[in-house]
Amino acid sequence: MADNQNEAYEAFIKGIWRDNPVFVQVLGMCPMLAVTNSAINAVAMGGATLFVLVGSSILVSSLKQWIPKQVRISGYIIIIATFVTVADYTLLALVPKVHKELGAFIPLIVANCMILGRQEAFASRNTVRLAVMDALGMSGGFMIALFSLGAIREILGNGSLFGVDLFGEYFEPWVIMVLPPGGFLTLGLILLFFNWVAQQKDKFVEQVAEAERVEADG
Amino acid sequence: MSQEKPPETPEPSSIRLVLTLALAGLFSGAAIIGIYEVTLPTITINKARELREAVFKVIPGVSQMQKLVVKDGKLVATTTTEKGEQPVYGGYDAQGGFVGYAIPGAGPGFQDTIAVLYGYKPDHKLVVGMEILESRETPGLGDKIYKDAEFVANFDALSIEPEIIPVKKGKKSAPNEVDIITGASISSKAVVRIINETHTAWSARFPQPGSEPSLIESEQPVEEAK
Repeated sequence: MADNQNEAYEAFIKGIWRDNPVFVQVLGMCPMLAVTNSAINAVAMGGATLFVLVGSSILVSSLKQWIPKQVRISGYIIIIATFVTVADYTLLALVPKVHKELGAFIPLIVANCMILGRQEAFASRNTVRLAVMDALGMSGGFMIALFSLGAIREILGNGSLFGVDLFGEYFEPWVIMVLPPGGFLTLGLILLFFNWVAQQKDKFVEQVAEAERVEADG
Repeated sequence: MSQEKPPETPEPSSIRLVLTLALAGLFSGAAIIGIYEVTLPTITINKARELREAVFKVIPGVSQMQKLVVKDGKLVATTTTEKGEQPVYGGYDAQGGFVGYAIPGAGPGFQDTIAVLYGYKPDHKLVVGMEILESRETPGLGDKIYKDAEFVANFDALSIEPEIIPVKKGKKSAPNEVDIITGASISSKAVVRIINETHTAWSARFPQPGSEPSLIESEQPVEEAK
């Protein structure tokens, strides 16, 4: 097994862009839609998810020989739930205001299928180093997605970013954006953009191939 | 792909499966107890500070507070914490004169228990402020019970006799009526119900207006030159 620099880079970067958990795999929609009504909530949620995913990936990939495959899912869930509880109490002690905002969604990280999915699909079959890179990439991609949604919704719906007023008194907040429908609208438009980019890329590749064929024929 | 195929092992015995999960549960439990013990002091301090701020918020014009409990049928001031106690908080102005009570109450909301603190002036029989201490109501809908300033303002001067009545938004006409929130009627009615129930439970225990327990000690002891 060639565990080289390139492979680690590949494990990291695929979560950020090509296999982005939200924009490409469309996983973790519950926190994605629910807590992205402001940038700070989105970042806190992303941070908590990063902590849980990295922590459980390390444990799962280093314990993989000792977890019998018949009970692996329950084992993963115990590991994930422990990290979620740790994150829950830490947030409650350090940033009680943010914790109050995120409320029920911190314990719900357990049910984020992106996390269990990475354990089953990657961490349980790879070395600790690769698993950490994969977890960092995936949660980085998740954080980017949460932040872009949170920032767009807070700017349009509240006229501010991280609570700092951007436009002054002339701005009429677009309240729908911080409400649940705004989450669906924004997410839909972003997914549309991602698919459009992918389509354009395919078209471009096709055109290049076509041009090369014509050139070869001519 | 760089998949490390796990070696094919024979079917493990059920004892091994049980042991693995039991061990995982044990470690998990130890980790959770650990983090609970580590964060508990900070969380307690935060909660106490939040409560203090909430008391000052629900009774306007208050600058000192003390905890009051019922002992032998009488409302007395206390500084100690006892198990199972049901305290209210007395708010006092800068001269130590009694202003009003801050009364905590809790009850079922839409998702989970809602914990409420409301300010009550016994001499006017008025609710003068309301703050949600804890709730897990639906984000965007039920959480308006503390995010919607208009709803919270309902409780700024609300008559509580004979009881608070929730009415449809915009229909508030009497001093004891509250405009409920459209789309969060269960949560907002729950707040009203909690205050009504808490008030019924407490109103008999309060002393006559004017004979409330006086402030026994200054909240921030003044360091006098000796």
